[in-house]
Amino acid sequence: MRTYHQLTDPDRSGLADQIGAQRKRVAERLAGVRRIVAVMSGKGGVGKSYVTAHLARGLARGGRTVGVLDADLNGPTIPGLLQVPHTAQPPAIGLDGVKCISMGHFLDAGAPLAFRGPTAESFVWRGAMEASALREFLGDVEWGSLDILVLDLPPGMQRYIELCDILGNPPPVLTVTIPTPESRDAVRRAMRAAVERGSELLGIVENMVGGELKGSAGDELAQEFATPVLARIPWHPTDVVWDQVALLMSHAPHTTHHAP
Amino acid sequence: MKFLCVECDQQMAFGERQLPGDGTLAATFKCPKCGRVVAMLTNPMETQLVSSLGVEIGGRTVPAEPFEMVRTFVTDGQPALSAAKGPDGQTGTPHWSVDAQERLARVPSFVRGMVKKIYADYAKERGITEITPTIMDTARAELGLEGM
Repeated sequence: MRTYHQLTDPDRSGLADQIGAQRKRVAERLAGVRRIVAVMSGKGGVGKSYVTAHLARGLARGGRTVGVLDADLNGPTIPGLLQVPHTAQPPAIGLDGVKCISMGHFLDAGAPLAFRGPTAESFVWRGAMEASALREFLGDVEWGSLDILVLDLPPGMQRYIELCDILGNPPPVLTVTIPTPESRDAVRRAMRAAVERGSELLGIVENMVGGELKGSAGDELAQEFATPVLARIPWHPTDVVWDQVALLMSHAPHTTHHAP
Repeated sequence: MKFLCVECDQQMAFGERQLPGDGTLAATFKCPKCGRVVAMLTNPMETQLVSSLGVEIGGRTVPAEPFEMVRTFVTDGQPALSAAKGPDGQTGTPHWSVDAQERLARVPSFVRGMVKKIYADYAKERGITEITPTIMDTARAELGLEGM
């Protein structure tokens, strides 16, 4: 009996072509975006979304056209941080003119992300659904011309890997940590994964500095990965702090790293 | 995905796709040489897995709408698989009694989805909120569904 590749007539479903069309759609939509930056951390609760939103606002105040893609599909917080009305259609316009897309636009306030479908063994397809949602966020938003699109990734590496697959190229990453050793260890894993995938490390933002959280995660990771600590964000930072972070991020060197 | 008529050693051609509305999918394929037709029947989980990739078996006839998957599958806070409520506050989907569910389970799996839809449509058209074996008997007699 012949095997799949021995059957030479094209597959009428053209599933590979459909996937290819999806990728092309993403590429065409992002053609007007000059720079993409993924904000990531292996650790939850370090303030990725907070940093993303304020970094985006700082960049916008500096005269850049900025978009934020909230890739935290299960815990979208960007609409709240940018004070975007819940009913706004994507891309919504938030504080300082920052555009954004978020799963929050599609959910009732406080509602968890849920998909229609068979409930039994839903883990089989739920991950693919989330990856498709991310693809649609990348391919279906009419951003127009953007100087920078900032992607707010959830904790862990799953969404980053999906992002790499959809984009075709690993995006440069800005890493967020808090000072603690626990954060350092979790963020280290994420940074190693990013480097192994080929992402450029733009630098580290150490958040929640100067309070009860003790440690030197920022410096240790910076030394380990040969990438700068772009900023140490105190509790209750002012706009001036964020404007400085935005300026530093704009001039962050692009270097290729190897996993230590 | 390709289908081979082993007897003829011929690749079968896609025929048609049916979505009965119960989460299942049926697609037919025909051998161009002997004319034999086979149907591929997927269960709701298999159908969902394909849908979650944003692709369509049999090919797309129109380009995907913006946010097509998100707008189709994200429940926007409403319970999954819920039906729209009518003016009387009743959901449009009738409830299946335990006895009726057991009886439905005895229907061959490859037609079960279609049979379920027929009974559900029958009940909805008549404002019946619960499908019981008695309702199934009545529907079967009225609709000529002997054997289902």
